[in-house]
Amino acid sequence: MSTLLLLIITGLGLGALYFLVASGLSLIYGLMGVLNFAHGSFLTISAFLGWEVGRRVSDGTWAGLAISAVVGMLVGAVVAAATEYLLIRRLYERHIEQALVTVGLALASVALFEGIWGTDPIYTQKPEWLGQTTEILGAKIPNDRFLLIACAALVLGGIVLFLQRTRYGLIIRAGVENRSMVTALGIDVRRSFTIVFAIGGAAAGLGGVLASVYYGYVSAHLGSVLLIFAFIVTVIGGLGSLTGAAIASVLVAVLQQFANYYLGGTGDLVVVIALAAVLLVRPRGLMGKVA
Amino acid sequence: MTDHPMLALEHVGLRIGGARILHDVSLQVAPGEMLGVIGPNGAGKTTLFNVISGVVRPTGGVVLLDGQDVTGEPIHRRATAGLGRTFQTSSLFPALSVLENVRLAAQAHAGHAASVFRTPRRTDAATRAALDALAEVGLADRAEAGAAGLAHGEKRKVEIAMLIAMDPKVVLLDEPMAGVASGDVPAITEVIRGLHRGGRTVLMVEHHMEVVLGLVDRVAVMHHGELLAVDTPEAVMANPTVQSAYLGEAV
Repeated sequence: MSTLLLLIITGLGLGALYFLVASGLSLIYGLMGVLNFAHGSFLTISAFLGWEVGRRVSDGTWAGLAISAVVGMLVGAVVAAATEYLLIRRLYERHIEQALVTVGLALASVALFEGIWGTDPIYTQKPEWLGQTTEILGAKIPNDRFLLIACAALVLGGIVLFLQRTRYGLIIRAGVENRSMVTALGIDVRRSFTIVFAIGGAAAGLGGVLASVYYGYVSAHLGSVLLIFAFIVTVIGGLGSLTGAAIASVLVAVLQQFANYYLGGTGDLVVVIALAAVLLVRPRGLMGKVA
Repeated sequence: MTDHPMLALEHVGLRIGGARILHDVSLQVAPGEMLGVIGPNGAGKTTLFNVISGVVRPTGGVVLLDGQDVTGEPIHRRATAGLGRTFQTSSLFPALSVLENVRLAAQAHAGHAASVFRTPRRTDAATRAALDALAEVGLADRAEAGAAGLAHGEKRKVEIAMLIAMDPKVVLLDEPMAGVASGDVPAITEVIRGLHRGGRTVLMVEHHMEVVLGLVDRVAVMHHGELLAVDTPEAVMANPTVQSAYLGEAV
């Protein structure tokens, strides 16, 4: 029982990280049809800069972590918006070129990060409580999982409120359904594209700072690893569906934890098999719109 | 009043590959006029609307909207310049509510303030304009319904409410009666008449002849991508070229 609970809550924590990356991927694909392979780089640069600022102000404290989180979100938003504005905007409807540019950006940025921060992981300090465990029904849960889950829930709630309650949210929801019809109404959707990139980048940036707490280090490859699973989550959840991304994040991460524990560390393999199964049985994903 | 036509096409042509889709179409529509566009299937009626609204760029000729050359302008800029249209198939956003659909159109007309995060409330201008537009087409009580669950006739009315909310100078209606149950035709005809009554210029492609002849000031007849005749409904019906080209085939 306690093992079960431990696996589920740990899975939820990992799922929270996946969701922070996948939410942006899914919204960006839903609105613009862009598969953004550079999304992991948004996460990595945010993790590095968040850590650099946080440790200078107050290393290993809650205040330091909060500053890292704010810096990470800002960096993620700005870098993502700049990427959209300077690169993606010129390549609308040219999907091959978009993929090439974002893949290239991802590769180049990893090399750049290695050049600046080195190839070895840099271990980070975190508030003491996050390194401890809390006992729930006999299961010793690492406390950082609770932080991850709470942050992802806040981000999910925030994005849902934004989509439901603001005028740009309305344009984005309509644009995900039928972009050309929004244009026919006289709305220039390009501004919404930049906003969606900024939101996705901010979520990924927060994900980067939280990933450095979860793994205990920052490295140039932080984003690439999470991006793979975030893409799997996005496809399983249904490209363009935020709810789908949230559900699939949890399903994939929990499945991964169970397989790692009960099937001898085969978590990654099981996730890829699950992806193949979803693509065969339900190619549009759990909540995706009919293509 | 303006002394130029509200909408003018000058020698508009469209070739795709070797095929001649539109050929030398010149047409002037006066402010406040209602023009019907008829012709057999494949005559180029919808293509003509696509050229006017900017979906397709013509390979020759000029499109003038309220005296402005808009031939090279993108769709959204023509829309903000006062051009609204409906499509043959439903142009609603099924996952949004009726009110959200119409508010989206009203929002476009109101222009974007920098207020990305401002919450739309019942009292803001766009929502009020949307509710007024829904009242005008008789759907005020359906505002909170999901667009996907509407009956076909109601969807057509919501599309027209979206046009009203955009407050365009020129309206293009592409087969507004397509798929509408015959019992709904009079109500939608009334809604179209209301759209026109505000002084708007209306162009309408429609196969439903009673609707067209009962509503419009003039009729434009298209055949094989060319404009055969533009005249009053009576004169067009009496025109022998039109009879052989269009009415002859239809019977």
